[in-house]
Parts: sequence; C-alpha cells; structure tokens
Amino acid sequence: MISLVLALAMLLGLAAGCANDDGKQTLNVYNWGDYIGEDVIEKFEDQFDCKVNYEMFEQNEDMYTKLKTVKGTYDVVIPSDYMIERMIREDMLAELNLDNIPNLQYISDYCLNRDFDPGNKYSVPYMWGTVGIIYNTTMTDGPITAWADLWDPKYEKNFFMMNSVRDSMGVALIVCGYDMNSRDEAQIEEAKEKLMEQKPLVLAYTGDEVKDKMIAGEAAMAVCYSGDAITMIEQNEDLNYVIPVEGSNLWFDNMCILKDAPNKELAEQFINFMCSEEIAAENREYINYSTPQSQVLENLPDEIKNDPVQYPDAETLERCQIYKDLGDMAGKYDEFWTRIIVN
Amino acid sequence: MKKFRYASLPFAVYALIFILAPLILIVFYSFAGPNGGLTLEHYKAFFNFEDPVYLQVLWRSIKVAAVSTLICLALGYPMAYILSKMRPGLRDTMVFLFVLPMWMNFLLRTYAWMTLLERTGLINTLLGKLGLGPLDLMYTQGAVILGNVYNFLPFMILPIYNVLVKIDSSVVEAAQDLGANRFVVFRKVIFPLSLPGVISGVSMTFMPAVSTFIISRLLGGGQQALIGDIIENQFKVVGNWGLGSAMSVALMVLILAAMNVARKYEDENAGGNVLL
Repeated sequence: MISLVLALAMLLGLAAGCANDDGKQTLNVYNWGDYIGEDVIEKFEDQFDCKVNYEMFEQNEDMYTKLKTVKGTYDVVIPSDYMIERMIREDMLAELNLDNIPNLQYISDYCLNRDFDPGNKYSVPYMWGTVGIIYNTTMTDGPITAWADLWDPKYEKNFFMMNSVRDSMGVALIVCGYDMNSRDEAQIEEAKEKLMEQKPLVLAYTGDEVKDKMIAGEAAMAVCYSGDAITMIEQNEDLNYVIPVEGSNLWFDNMCILKDAPNKELAEQFINFMCSEEIAAENREYINYSTPQSQVLENLPDEIKNDPVQYPDAETLERCQIYKDLGDMAGKYDEFWTRIIVN
Repeated sequence: MKKFRYASLPFAVYALIFILAPLILIVFYSFAGPNGGLTLEHYKAFFNFEDPVYLQVLWRSIKVAAVSTLICLALGYPMAYILSKMRPGLRDTMVFLFVLPMWMNFLLRTYAWMTLLERTGLINTLLGKLGLGPLDLMYTQGAVILGNVYNFLPFMILPIYNVLVKIDSSVVEAAQDLGANRFVVFRKVIFPLSLPGVISGVSMTFMPAVSTFIISRLLGGGQQALIGDIIENQFKVVGNWGLGSAMSVALMVLILAAMNVARKYEDENAGGNVLL
C-alpha cells in the first residue's frame, strides 16, 4: 500500500510540475534566439503583474513547424515577412485590434503597410534589416562588394554560408541574375547548381555561432544579417559589412498574435509595450538591429543614424527585395537545399 | 515482494508515455499518407536507388559511426583492461575520472572542441608558436569522428571494464597452470569472456554515433551532413514528418538487426550477459 501511495505521489508530482502554481495571467512569447533586451521580459511582468513564458527559435521554418504541431500554446510570435504572408494565407494569425496598440503611431511609415501584410491587420513591426556579407579587411584583397566574391576560388575554405534555405538560395538566385523569390523551377535548379559548385569553397554552413567565429577571425567572409554584423563589428574593428551591388534581401520581423492564442488581450498589451519608446530603445540597444520606432530613431546619435550598416541610404535599399511566400514552390527549395547539404 | 510491485508503476507509465508512444507515433507517421490513408511513399523516397541522395547519407553515417566505434574500441579496451588490473582504491578514482566529463553538458563539451580545433583555436595557436600550421582541423570528417570518440568513449570503456573486473581470477590461474603464457591467456580466456562487454560497448557507442546530429553540425559545419542531420532537418525545418519518420524507422531497424546478429554470435560463442 505504501508503495502505491508513493507511486501515485510521484505521478502527481510530475503532473503538478507542469501546472502553473499561482493565479497570475500568463503570456507565451515565441521569438528568435538572442533577440530581445535583457530586462524587457521582467519589466513587462512587473508592469502587468503577469508571468511570461519566453521561448526561442532559430529559423522561421522551425518556428512554423512547431506552431503546426503545438496548437493553442503561444500568444505572440515574431516571424519574418514571407512567413507572416504564409501564416496569413493559412489562417494562423489573429486580426489585431489596433485600438489596443496606440504606440503603433510611433512606427515609421517605411515599415508599415508592406505587401506581406497590407494595412498591418495582422502584424506590427519589431525590427528590420538586411542580409549582406561581413568581411575581415585584414583577410580579403580590398573591400568586398559583390555576392560573386563568394564564388572566388581565392577565398577557398575561407568563408561561411548561412544554414538557411531562403538566405542561401536567395543569394544564389541573385548571382544567377534571377529574382530572390523565383518560382521558376529551371531558375531554382540553376541556383542549386550554383550552390553545389560553391560548396567545395565553403568553410561551413552556420547559424548563430557565426558571430563568435567572425569576431575571432576564423574566416575572411560570412553571409549574415545586418544587426549581427553590428554586434560583430563592435567587437572586432577589422570587420566590415556590405550590402552587395547585385542587391540583397530586405526583411522585417513583425510581432503577430496567433489565432488560437490563449490570451489575446495581454498579447496586444505586450505588442504595445514593445513599441513604447523606452522598451524599443532598450531592445535596439541590445540587439543592434534597425528599429522601426521613430522616436527611438530620432534620438539616436548621428553616427548611428547615418551608419550605412544599420540605416542604409534609400538608393541601397532600392536594390533590396523582400522575400515572398513561395506557396507550392517552398517544397522545391527545401528539396534542393537538402541535396546541397547532403552532397 | 508482492507489496512492492506497485513501485514499478511509475516506470511503466513513464515507459508507456515517453518510450512506447513516441515509437508508435514515428512508425505511424512513416506510413501516413497526406489524406489520412496509408502509404509507402516515404520509404520509397528514402530507398530510391535511382537517385540515392538519402542512402548516400545513411552510408556515410554508418562509415563515420563504424570508424568512431573502432577507434573507441582500440582505445577503450586497453584502458578498461588497465583499469581492471588496478588496485581497487585507485581503480575507483580512475573510473570516477572517466565519468567526470559526462557531468558537463554534452553540448558544452562539443563547443569546447570547437574552440580547440579552430584556426584561431588553442591547438593552432600552439602550432603557430612552433612555426607550424595552421591546420584545418574544424569542419572535416575527422573532426566529427573526434567528437564522436571523445563523447562516446566512456560508453565503450565502462561495459568492458565491468565484465573484465568480474572475471574470476581462478580461471586465469587455471590457464596459467596449464601452461598458457600471457598472450594465450588473453586470447583464449580473457578476451572471449569479455566479449559481452565488448558487444555492449560497441552497440552503446555505435548507436549514438550513427544517429548524432549535433556533433556533425557543430564540428562538421554542415559540410557533410549525417543521417541525424537530415532527419532533424525533415522534422524541424522542412516539416516533412513522414520522410523523417521513415528514415528514423529504417535506421532503427538497421541498428536492431545489427545488434541481433551480434547477440546471436555472442550466444553461440560465450553465452554471457550482453548489456543492451
């Protein structure tokens, strides 16, 4: 009998460990790794007397897969443009009540009303940036200007590519002279061949760890996001970031609320909170990406405001494209990418 | 004893929820068609002999795991043997030292290897001081094998050591009395008796090595993906659970078959206990 009680107690203990023990409201946030100011969550918890479960993902694709399998768990997610477009198409996002997000007025027009979410019915900008090449000036022959440099045998085993379908295929498509959002199978195939051809030159296909590698001077170049580039440059002044002449990707990471969110109201308060000047400034300060918050931008020192890495001029941005939802072709991209990493 | 029967209940429940149910789910997903029906499509995609993308990866994984296991055996057997001959106090300390690195997180240990092997890492810095190098140690198959050997070596040493230490010394003495020299004693007595440990060690090293994905990702840099990477990719990024499951099932069947052969061989020969 004692052992039965013991067994039950152990099982109950297991169950109790999963439950929430106090009566506070909870908010479940799902964001990119290393992508929020360090005290922001705590501040929100204090101000709104709630508990935040904060989880992180590495890529849009793995976030999407997770959301498809666990339903009704997360409230706020922060995907990128093309993924938002896909999630709207698949009816995964809730329409926002913009009356509850008054701080939206501080978001600069440049970031609003983009094609992936016209009228911002489903999403509010969090950060934006570009994809480019970070290079170590002591290790390259002069400044790097073009994606084509990533195919230069001179840099054999001396640069990192991204372990990300869209970003690597996108670069190859541009180099082949096509649209980053190509849905033409022959063009995608050609881009795949281009990456296959490049593979012997690539040192590694990396994720977040690329930051440490470039700071340490492991390689001459790496494909990376603009915000990460700033973090790296801060720690190693030999590094420089360029948006290649062929053009590149301009992206927006927006905050969204899921259709099956357990706590939609608190989620809207969270989004509003993130758009407030104080918090947006804190987030920008910590993660270094380009802020869509106009008050924050205004108060930045000129050297940051005019920094071509963080706030590129209009002409450079003109060369950049936003990723689009690929619809049925997404599978082809995945298949080709698998072949590249397998080869 | 009957009174304590219920004490096994938590484990039974645990096994049901965390071992049996996921297995059934994976087998189910591997056969599940898009519209709720059953299909062999995922297995066909995997065993596609005209375009053997995935089979090549499987073959590469088996090779990498086999080499890692052989190195572990070559290093682990003598070590286990030396350990078993030590006096008990020292022996326990040594075994403790072997287990000690495992107290640290597996990922951290693998990250530590990255900082050792990098071009700007410890080894190359030292080589540089001697006027050598830098060598490209990272992002190679060698680095992946090294990661496997380092992480899984204790799983080879411990089962072999456990068997060796239990060998009755009178058996060895009997062989010596019959005129066997040290080499013959080892070949005819000690090694055959230690086979159950060797087989356990081989399986406990080979299994995690063949399915690893984090070691090949971090130390191999995605240059030479292993089957574990592809399975992870199918689940996490591509979202093709069917193909990912089919690959997992194929891998499991393969490992089980290999282990069965080893066990059969073992039963016919020595008939000891294989820790599996």
